[in-house]
Amino acid sequence: MLCRGLTKRFGDVVAVAGLDLTIAAGECFGLLGPNGAGKTTTIEILEGLTAPDGGEVALLGQPWRDGAEGRALRERLGIQLQDTQLADKLTVEETLALFRSFYRNAHGVDEVLALVELEEKRGARVVTLSGGQKQRLAVACALVSRPDLLFLDEPTTGLDPQSRRQLWDIIRRFRAAGGTVLLTTHYMEEAERLCDRVAIMDHGRIIALGTPTALIASLGADHVVEFALVEGAGGEGLDADLRGLPGVKVARARATGGGHSLTVAEVHRAVPALLALLERRGAELSLLTTHHATLEDVFVSLTGRQLRDP
Amino acid sequence: MFQLALARMREFYREPEAVFWVFGFPIVLAFALGLAFRNAGPGELQVGVAAGAAGDRALVASLDSSPRLAASVLDTGEARRRLRTGRIALLVVPGDSLIYRYDSTRTESRLARLEVDDIVQRARGRRDPAVVRDDRVAAAGSRYIDFLIPGLLGMNLLGSGIWGVGFSVVQARQKKLLKRFMATPMRRSHYLLSFILSRLVFLILEVAALVGFGWLMFDVGVRGSWLTLAGITLLGAFAFAGLGLLVASRARTIEGVSGLMNLVMLPMWILSGTFFSYARFPDAMIPFVKALPLTALNDALRAVMIDGTGVAALGVPLAIVAGWGALSFVIALQIFRWR
Ligand SMILES: Nc1ncnc2c1ncn2[C@@H]1O[C@H](COP(=O)(O)OP(=O)(O)OP(=O)(O)O)[C@@H](O)[C@H]1O
Ligand SMILES: [Mg+2]
Repeated sequence: MLCRGLTKRFGDVVAVAGLDLTIAAGECFGLLGPNGAGKTTTIEILEGLTAPDGGEVALLGQPWRDGAEGRALRERLGIQLQDTQLADKLTVEETLALFRSFYRNAHGVDEVLALVELEEKRGARVVTLSGGQKQRLAVACALVSRPDLLFLDEPTTGLDPQSRRQLWDIIRRFRAAGGTVLLTTHYMEEAERLCDRVAIMDHGRIIALGTPTALIASLGADHVVEFALVEGAGGEGLDADLRGLPGVKVARARATGGGHSLTVAEVHRAVPALLALLERRGAELSLLTTHHATLEDVFVSLTGRQLRDP
Repeated sequence: MFQLALARMREFYREPEAVFWVFGFPIVLAFALGLAFRNAGPGELQVGVAAGAAGDRALVASLDSSPRLAASVLDTGEARRRLRTGRIALLVVPGDSLIYRYDSTRTESRLARLEVDDIVQRARGRRDPAVVRDDRVAAAGSRYIDFLIPGLLGMNLLGSGIWGVGFSVVQARQKKLLKRFMATPMRRSHYLLSFILSRLVFLILEVAALVGFGWLMFDVGVRGSWLTLAGITLLGAFAFAGLGLLVASRARTIEGVSGLMNLVMLPMWILSGTFFSYARFPDAMIPFVKALPLTALNDALRAVMIDGTGVAALGVPLAIVAGWGALSFVIALQIFRWR
């Protein structure tokens, strides 16, 4: 899957601003980004549902065309959209029977129900399904075509951790069978666990691209210490002092909430030094946490903003 | 396409309200109107005789003896009230010279005046110079219910075509289901044709229910050929499904499409002669009224059911219906919003 120089604007809003991507067969690729970054717009252009204002797309070696060629390409895709609501009044089985009727070489209803583990809900109407079950049904409708390429737009947004894990398993099994996946998500953890490579998007552009490990490594250190002070900023020259602490690579004041965040190689040396520094300055801590660096921290270090609104 | 049509039908019959509006409502309407107008004529006319004047009792007795009148003595206040509310058609104030008090715009009142005057004049010695004999015709096919059932059938085809197609299209669009279908190799024409296919199945049920009901309850028969009737209803269903697609081709919300549907259907309900003949409208309007698809369909249905006309004689109305249908389909296909 390939796209080059993709642009799309809606009135004044530039949703996608010149995007280049190459996704190899068999890969699981994640598009990450905050709300409004342009993930859905990008994926729908790739799916041939939205016409781009500029740029080229090729899927499985072909550009999007109308008519028979376009339909032939669609035979090989599995698509789940962010905002589709399936017909309430139909049962799970009937919904799948409907979707499978569109494809020449589709999975049987039983097979696909087994893939997403919804066998016991086969006769239930779509309205009665839980959020996680609905989402699994949406993925089942995407899988029913025996796709080579699977598009998932925020498949796990709003789901509880257990439903999320179930979906991850479904995606892993699809990959194990040789499928290619493009998914979008807000969840860094999801991207780190599932994806071979991720692209971080912001304002319609890719601001970082690589394997999750490489992106985190680009921070230069793999721990993050965050703290906040009772009295707010903590006085003149604090940032410079923080940067001088042993093991600290990057220090920044958070844009929101008046907190500070340090990217740190060795927590066991940095934290005692930090405490000593604050003691000398007479500042009192109201919060202190440390965690392993994540893609979230990569996003923060690139944009100075949080990925998700707190 | 078969699966799409099947899904459409399932969604429909799992919606009890929709089932009622399509099948139940026209039957309830036919039943109520059939009962209200079950006698071809106006029946006994109620007339009042003002109390107080001499000879009021005698006048009531002689009026009452007519099979077409029911008379009673009323005091002034009561008489005025009943006259105003239409419970009596006419008030007679007896005396040497009588007074008839009535609303001359009411057909009933004018009839009552003729009847009463006839009796009064004869009682005072009038003799009719000409000998006449009544020859009453009460053939099936001339009653109000005979007129009503084909009209209801037409109205039902219009309603279920436009509602049935319009709402499901717009709902699918609003729920982004249409966009999801576009992400599959489904052919667009199959999507539109699936509506016709499912309409066809329900059409058979709708027609059978209404015609069967009219026949069982009111003995409303079909004079013409059943095949012709089937053909006409089929054509009507196609045309209105086309109109439904057209109405739903752009709208993004249910509210938006509801307004449009009313805009399309309301004029036809009123103008197209469902409940009363459109001949009552001013002559200048008639050509426009006749060009409406429901008018043409109603005319054709009545011609077959009441007069037993054959297809050959129905060219004009059927061409109008087909024309509307074809035009709507073509325009709908052009401007349809697929996402
Ligand atoms: N149909 C549309 N009309 C107008 N503006 C649109 C339309 N679709 C998207 N946009 C705008 O384009 C930008 C990108 O939207 P997009 O849906 O691609 O974001 P996203 O990354 O998928 O966000 P989310 O995480 O909330 O799903 C947003 O600013 C949005 O307001
Ligand atoms: Mg989105």
